[in-house]
Amino acid sequence: MVIYLKNIFNDAGDITLFAARFFKEVLRPPFEIKEFIRQCYTIGYKSLPLVGITGFIMGMVLTLQSRPTLAEFGAESWLPGMVALSLIREIAPVITALICAGKISSGIGAELGSMKVTEQIDAMEVSAINPYKYLVVTRILATTLMVPLLVVFADAVGIYGGYIGINIHADVNLFRYFSQVLASLEFLDIIPATIKTFFFGFFIGMIGCYKGFTAANGTESVGKAANSAVVAASLTIFIIDMLAVQITDLFF
Amino acid sequence: MIPQETNIRKQETVGEENIDGTIISINGLFKSFGKNNDILKGVDLTVKKGENLVVLGKSGSGKSILIKCLVGLVPADEGEIKVFGTDISPLNNRQLNEIRVRIGFLFQNSALYDSMTVRQNLEFPLKRHSKKLSPSQVDEAVTNALESVGLAEAIDKMPSELSGGMRKRIGLARTLILKPEIILYDEPTTGLDTITSREISELILAIQKKDKTTSIIITHDMACAKLTGDRLVILKDGVIDAEGTYNELEKSDDEWIRSFFN
Ligand SMILES: Nc1ncnc2c1ncn2[C@@H]1O[C@H](COP(=O)(O)OP(=O)(O)OP(=O)(O)O)[C@@H](O)[C@H]1O
Ligand SMILES: [Mg+2]
Repeated sequence: MVIYLKNIFNDAGDITLFAARFFKEVLRPPFEIKEFIRQCYTIGYKSLPLVGITGFIMGMVLTLQSRPTLAEFGAESWLPGMVALSLIREIAPVITALICAGKISSGIGAELGSMKVTEQIDAMEVSAINPYKYLVVTRILATTLMVPLLVVFADAVGIYGGYIGINIHADVNLFRYFSQVLASLEFLDIIPATIKTFFFGFFIGMIGCYKGFTAANGTESVGKAANSAVVAASLTIFIIDMLAVQITDLFF
Repeated sequence: MIPQETNIRKQETVGEENIDGTIISINGLFKSFGKNNDILKGVDLTVKKGENLVVLGKSGSGKSILIKCLVGLVPADEGEIKVFGTDISPLNNRQLNEIRVRIGFLFQNSALYDSMTVRQNLEFPLKRHSKKLSPSQVDEAVTNALESVGLAEAIDKMPSELSGGMRKRIGLARTLILKPEIILYDEPTTGLDTITSREISELILAIQKKDKTTSIIITHDMACAKLTGDRLVILKDGVIDAEGTYNELEKSDDEWIRSFFN
């Protein structure tokens, strides 16, 4: 038990140092622009279908599930607004972030882990190329930027999914639906929800990189790196989400 | 075979080799991985400029660790390592990189970048360290380096499409492309057929002659050791156990030493 706790604190310390190094190196030239763009493409663009499909289903299912309850109170006209609000505030950010933890964090963990195990990271280091800068900084920046964009995409697709869901039972035209959605949204709903997605993105990238970069020798540690990256990233997402709610309550 | 314009040596902010021509000197190097797992227990070794030193030793004796300590990949526990006359242990990353850029390192398992084609693998260090090169010069350097290892046709392949021996040769080309002054070869001919092994050994020798490079060659291939080595050392139980030319060691009184040669 004591050893277990000690390990946790050791890990937390290492991770903090690892993250601190990011802030130290991110502002220092040379900048690996090409690799950054390549990462944005693989992390952002390639996740679009997955995020789109889940977002759509999420919006539609949420609508179908909430309809009976609202109908009982005769408040069916609130449906578009309520769906949009829950999507934007909570469901789309968290679900998208969890999907990204599964897809991106584990991908980064496995990729960097296998680079570590096959000495590719060492090879960069001996050819006087900073592997942290080339591999880690670019990936963390890319996830920090791409996850919020993916969330916005999921919001949009989810709201459209809600429209389809409503039209299964009723006949609402698209324009009316969207004007109801927009009327129910306030600026203050969007800001905190957006800010937390940047944190989600940062930690998804950072944890994947950390697990990969610190993988032990041997091929089985690649699998371990990917696996523990998903677990740690998912957990972190929930913790950030909880903190975000508390902080939002405090200020708004 | 190797491009002319790739000399990446920057302003010498770090020292030069000693007057007597010693370019690498290791004194009392200790390295262990955890308790009761001492790998190197006081290695003393000097290499002179222009010399090819062959390191022999059983599998697991710490040969790879030794050369990793030399470039600061693995931190030494104790002892002094001087490369180009500079003690490398107190250096920060930037200073270390100034030395690393002048050293080529061929990894035992090639360590090719999996996500890049062969061409990109070779360009990767070149573009970062010799920014003045035009695209056509980079192209030429890559083609030349690949031709020197006899794999010009593999230029657009991915590492996963190559055999182990081909990967090794691409790794060698990547090491040579920066025209390092010191080259550390970790088993350059392992996994290659006799003919290719011989070609690689001859290439190592040719590089030494042409560019006056200094090399440390770790090998189990005695034909390679015989051809390339000016001097041989044997690593045993964490220390340098024997030292001499190929002919001297082959006729050694110690049976254990002789056992390497047959
Ligand atoms: N990161 C590490 N952690 C723990 N032990 C290690 C580590 N790296 C190497 N070792 C140990 O150090 C010893 C020497 O390893 P090294 O790779 O230098 O052997 P070698 O002489 O190159 O062998 P080979 O000829 O098989 O390549 C081995 O017993 C290995 O178990
Ligand atoms: Mg070895």
